[in-house]
Amino acid sequence: MLQGISLACVRGDRELFKDINFSLEAGGLMQVRGPNGSGKTSLLRMLCGLSNPAAGEILWNGASIRSLNGDYFAAMTYIGHLSGTKDDLTVIENLRISSALAGYEINDTQASEALGYMGLGGREVLPVKILSQGQRRRVALARLLVCKTSLWILDEPLVALDVLAVKLIRELLEQHLKQGGMVVMTTHQEIDLTATSTTQLHLA
Amino acid sequence: MFMWMIKRDLLLAMRRQSDVLTTLFFFIIVVSLFPLSVGPEMNMLRTMAPGVVWVAALLASMLSLGRMFSNDYLDGTLEQMLLSPQSLSFLVLGKALAHWLVTGVPLVLMAPVLGIQYDLPVEALFVLTAALLLGTPVLSLIGAIGAALTLGLRGGGVLVSLLVLPLYIPVLIFGAGAVEANMAGVGFDAHLSLIGAFLLVSLVFAPWAAASSLRVSLE
Repeated sequence: MLQGISLACVRGDRELFKDINFSLEAGGLMQVRGPNGSGKTSLLRMLCGLSNPAAGEILWNGASIRSLNGDYFAAMTYIGHLSGTKDDLTVIENLRISSALAGYEINDTQASEALGYMGLGGREVLPVKILSQGQRRRVALARLLVCKTSLWILDEPLVALDVLAVKLIRELLEQHLKQGGMVVMTTHQEIDLTATSTTQLHLA
Repeated sequence: MFMWMIKRDLLLAMRRQSDVLTTLFFFIIVVSLFPLSVGPEMNMLRTMAPGVVWVAALLASMLSLGRMFSNDYLDGTLEQMLLSPQSLSFLVLGKALAHWLVTGVPLVLMAPVLGIQYDLPVEALFVLTAALLLGTPVLSLIGAIGAALTLGLRGGGVLVSLLVLPLYIPVLIFGAGAVEANMAGVGFDAHLSLIGAFLLVSLVFAPWAAASSLRVSLE
């Protein structure tokens, strides 16, 4: 269970948000909404432990994520604006290395399967630098298929994806939620997901 | 995961060989220019050899420090490293080790060949290689702290040299000192032991310090 208690974020001398409270149960989905510059990415970076909240606390199963550190990271996958892929490495190397660093070592067959599901079959040995934006996004998102973490924090996962890929991601998210996983995401696109509980968090 | 980190960085270095070769050629050029410009006076060349080789190694290692984390920072892989369940210090240690394998080891291998230009006796060449073998990993480890602290800053290159050079100086003094001591007929063990001590201390502290700096830089 992920909980946020009176979270606040300050950038320079501007207060982006304060008193954000939420609680996300297993199988729950939280959609963070708000205009550009309202602090969505800042909130997500806080939730995954990349930055500290100016005030408040984030709890994972009742313990502060600061104190959990590695144990929390092992249960969480964050995919941000930056794809986290290396241009000079091939698609399959990227997936294998990024999932190994996330604690899930996979072999070539598993990686090919995941890439095939993401519609990148036959492109495994191409260097990522020659792929399109949408394809890079697919490579990054393929990590969700191989890393069996329970909490997914996704920052604009649908950007640059085509209709077919959006459908794929929707299925993937719904399946994850059905299995008791948790998803925190921001998106400007409309996407309806069925989850046991859906929280909408509006940042002004 | 540690091995994956090294494997990844070596793979990247192989795909971008120009980066590796730049460092090595810089080292070769600097070391080779001195005998040409100073003239064929054997005694003088022999005395300056250890200093010149070490200064060149220092500058060559610093040349590549900027790239240590900046590429990973720009494409988001550094973010993912921070979120790895493996301790960040270990990953940084892996990166520093890969940096040494890519930039340090070629220098160590080239040094005895370049030393011949300075008419160094065979034993002194061995001492020079041994001192570089112990000292260059220290340069990569300490360099990692500087690279992590200046990550994402404009003009980081200059700042990195200001931060890191003072910490390099002890290695330079004892590294060059070992060869000089050997040529003077005095024992060089003490010098090598001291560089070994620097190596051990930096192995323990540098990854931790660099990891903390990375967390600050990425916040």
